[in-house]
Amino acid sequence: MTDKQAKPALLFEVFIRSKRGLDHKHVGSLHAQDAEQALEYARDCYTRRSEGVSIWVVNSSDIVASQEEDAASFYDPMEDKPYRHATHYVLPDPVKNM
Amino acid sequence: MMNDKQPLINYVIALGDDSMILGQRLSEWCYHGPFLEEDLAITNVALDFIGRAQMFYEYASKLEEGARSADDIAFLRDTRDYRNLLIVELPVGDFAFTMARQLIVDLFNQLYLGQLAKSADPTLAAIAVKALKETDYHLRRSHDWVLRLGDGTDESHQRIQQGFDQLWGYVSELFVMTADESQLLAEKISVDRSALRDDWDTQLNSLLNEATLLRPDTDWQLSGGREGLHTEHHGHLLAEMQFIQRAYPGLKW
Repeated sequence: MTDKQAKPALLFEVFIRSKRGLDHKHVGSLHAQDAEQALEYARDCYTRRSEGVSIWVVNSSDIVASQEEDAASFYDPMEDKPYRHATHYVLPDPVKNM
Repeated sequence: MMNDKQPLINYVIALGDDSMILGQRLSEWCYHGPFLEEDLAITNVALDFIGRAQMFYEYASKLEEGARSADDIAFLRDTRDYRNLLIVELPVGDFAFTMARQLIVDLFNQLYLGQLAKSADPTLAAIAVKALKETDYHLRRSHDWVLRLGDGTDESHQRIQQGFDQLWGYVSELFVMTADESQLLAEKISVDRSALRDDWDTQLNSLLNEATLLRPDTDWQLSGGREGLHTEHHGHLLAEMQFIQRAYPGLKW
C-alpha cells in the first residue's frame, strides 16, 4: 500500500459487431478506468438485449479524426474523377457479366 | 400442504430466497451507483438474481401443484417464512461492502452451481447451468472490483477491508447443511455445501492476497436464516419489496 490517488476515468468508444460476417459499428462511448473495465461496461451498457457477438473498445484519445474544415481538400477532389467509379466504363457487348 | 415433496420444495424455496433477497438488495443501487456505467452494470446483476429467484419459485409452485404462484411465494410470505442466508439480507452499506459481499457470494455460487448442474433433478440442473453463466460474469466483476479497491487508494483499501471484516461472521452459514439438504443429498439432488469450503477458502485467500487485503479473523459466527431467524433488517426489506402486493392484493404488472 502506497498513498495512491484515484485515477480519473478514461473515455472509450465502443464498437459492436451484431452478427458474424458484419462489420463492427460504432454504438457510443463510456467511461472506465481501463480497457478491460470498458469492455465489461460495454457489455452491460450496449448489449443488454443480445445485440452483439463481438465488442471493441478504443481509447477515445487514440482516435485521429478528420476535421470538418478540411472537407474541401479531403473530399472535393474526388468529385471530378468519375473514372474512379466502375459505372464510368462502358462495357463491350461480348462481356455479359462483370 | 405437507407431502413427500416437502423437503424438495423447502430446498428450492430456500435457494430462491437467497437470490430474491440479494437481488432486492442490489436493486437498491439503482440510480445510486458511483457512476452511470456501474449503475447499469450492478442493476443488471440485480436483475439476474431476481430472474434466478423467479425460476426457483416457478419450480416450487409447480411442485406444490399450483397451491401458490411464484409471486405468492415472493410477495406474500413474512420474515419468519423466508429461508435466505443472513449474509444476503444485510443492508447494502457502502460500495466496497456491497462488492465484498458479492465476491463472497459469487465465489460460493460458482462452486455451488457447478455441482448443482449435475443434480439428479433435471429442473434444478437446468437452472444451475443457466445461472452459472451469469455467475461467471458476476464473479469477474466482483473479483475485479475487490482488486481495484484493495490495491487502490488508502481510502478504498480501508473500506473494502472493513467490508470483509463486517461480513466475515456471516460466511460460515454458507457452508451449513440443512436437514432437507442432507436428505436430498442422499438422492443426489442437492449439493454438499460443507465440501465446498476448502476450494472457496483457497480461492478467496489468493484473491485477498493479490488485493493486499487481510483475511478477517472474526471469532463470532451467526446463522439462523435457514430457520427463518433473521436480522432486524429483513422485515424492512420485505416491507419495501412487498408493499405493492400488500396494499393492492393481486395487482398485476
